[in-house]
Amino acid sequence: MPRLVSHPDEVRVLSRRFGQGAASIEKYIELDGYNAAQMAIAQGDEMQAWIINTMKASGLRGRGGAGFPTGMKWSFVPKTSPRPKYVLVNGDESEPGTCKDHVLFREDPHAVIEGAMIAGLAVGAKMGFIYLRGEYRYLLNIMEKAVADAYAKGFLGKNIFGSGLDFDVVTQTGAGAYEVGEESALMESLEGKRGIPRIRPPFPAVVGLYGGPTIINNAETIANAPHILLMGGEAYAALGTERNGGTRLFGISGHVERPGVYELSMGYPLRKAIYEVAGGIKGGKQLKAVVPGGASCPVLRADEIDVGLDFDQMAKAGTMLGSGGIVVLDETVSIVEFALRTIKFYQHESCGWCIPCREGTDWIKKTLTRVYEGGGQRKDIDNVQYLAENMMGRTFCPLGDAAAMPTLGFVKKFRKEFEDYIDGKKAGTPVMTTEHDLVGAGH
Amino acid sequence: MSTIANSIFSPELAARFDKLVTVYPVKRSALIPMLLYAQDEVGYISEAVIQEIAKRLDLFDLDVRSVLSYYSMLRTKPAGKYNIQVCTNISCMLRGGYEILDHCKAKLGIGHKQVTPDGKFSLEEVECIGACCWAPAMQVNYDFHDELTPAKVDEILADYSAKAAEKDGK
Repeated sequence: MPRLVSHPDEVRVLSRRFGQGAASIEKYIELDGYNAAQMAIAQGDEMQAWIINTMKASGLRGRGGAGFPTGMKWSFVPKTSPRPKYVLVNGDESEPGTCKDHVLFREDPHAVIEGAMIAGLAVGAKMGFIYLRGEYRYLLNIMEKAVADAYAKGFLGKNIFGSGLDFDVVTQTGAGAYEVGEESALMESLEGKRGIPRIRPPFPAVVGLYGGPTIINNAETIANAPHILLMGGEAYAALGTERNGGTRLFGISGHVERPGVYELSMGYPLRKAIYEVAGGIKGGKQLKAVVPGGASCPVLRADEIDVGLDFDQMAKAGTMLGSGGIVVLDETVSIVEFALRTIKFYQHESCGWCIPCREGTDWIKKTLTRVYEGGGQRKDIDNVQYLAENMMGRTFCPLGDAAAMPTLGFVKKFRKEFEDYIDGKKAGTPVMTTEHDLVGAGH
Repeated sequence: MSTIANSIFSPELAARFDKLVTVYPVKRSALIPMLLYAQDEVGYISEAVIQEIAKRLDLFDLDVRSVLSYYSMLRTKPAGKYNIQVCTNISCMLRGGYEILDHCKAKLGIGHKQVTPDGKFSLEEVECIGACCWAPAMQVNYDFHDELTPAKVDEILADYSAKAAEKDGK
């Protein structure tokens, strides 16, 4: 069960109801729950423009990892459509190092429902889906109860809050597939198929779920919507940095004293997040590296952590803010081993649809396994880099990039460590013990 | 109520399925939840489960099999009553995930994807389960157990073992 943490530097917007029993609808209402939806409805004919303008003003960018401006995404949905429109909440949180939505679903499920409702009102969708990863069954139970309570109050269903508008919510889980966290694969999965990505364009805002225009957002993104409407777009934007509005849930894990999910302003210094918020490196050891936004983000060396946690500053530093899952590695970690464990994951999770990803992840894994087991040659490092570079941008979905980017980060930034390892001078303490391989759907 | 005669599922689950196929714009959308709930009740996805679900959704058995083979949580062989899933992905690995996995292997005397002879436990090494900030973590069926140590794992296994014995006694 998630242990809640806190730090004085936190700015609590999304997490302000955490730890207060807000999974109960009564408590949620007491803490201004469902006020934002009613506020939107009170705008009358101006409602859709008001919601989208407020979201645009907030500077909120997608919390799943890509960082696309949410208000703009919503504005792409056509006003009229021959097919029904849908809202799809992506709670298939699977990026290694990321567990923020876990806390959100557990502590404030109604914020996700209200957010989906607001998205539905904004674009004229009458139905929302909340899709959680299969491992989150106990969170599905919490969500299902919250949805049932909202129906019982008349907040969902026909004529919500006397607006004359309908909104239904369906919740379900997946059944174990990282790839399904990708928006188009998620739609396939929700349609009862293998989670394989779709080619874009057309984008989901135009042709999405069941062929209808679809808003698809990460659960954290969606849950921000009610808070933004209540506080105003500008006020939310002011909490963050330029073009990076608001706050974000950062999950700090690995070798830190106080791992946990903390809500920090966008742009908060990474160094402070590690050394102050999370209490510094566990056991007083030295920092070696940081994977700053989930496993797919290129690694930062210990001397590269003076950077602010927003999308643009991280991009400038040659990495990504990603899903906000900050994984901290101390001096005992073998980067060769860590790189191998990372690519093993992507090889396991590649759906097999696009050849560069299916074959690339497999060959990188095989090559790094040889290096790890002591039979590596210097040219293996170049081969790994060559494979990774040739995966980039050559797949339907970003899983190929997600596997290539961290690989490139490891071999470029720690090339000397790989070379020394091959020469028999192994850095770090190995911890991996399994001999078998996990075999994924694409292999 | 059920439109399918001779359901292999309990009346409760059959009723749940009858409802589930109506909540989505397209019936097929119910497939993955149905497979999960069927597995929860039957223990695994048997041939009979595949056939009945295909029938309920107007799909070919092959459609069901194709989806089934994609998702790692769905299995076609029985697992133990308590399926231990130990995460060894990066955040757990850094905080002793492999030590926990090895401890489970030694304690249960089984390896990855194996079942104990008494059928009480099975063991799996799994990818990230979304408990990174409370690592190392594992799931027993759907229950999370985190901030694990070998001693804590012993207690957890003893609890489940006692639970299994209790159920057998009834």
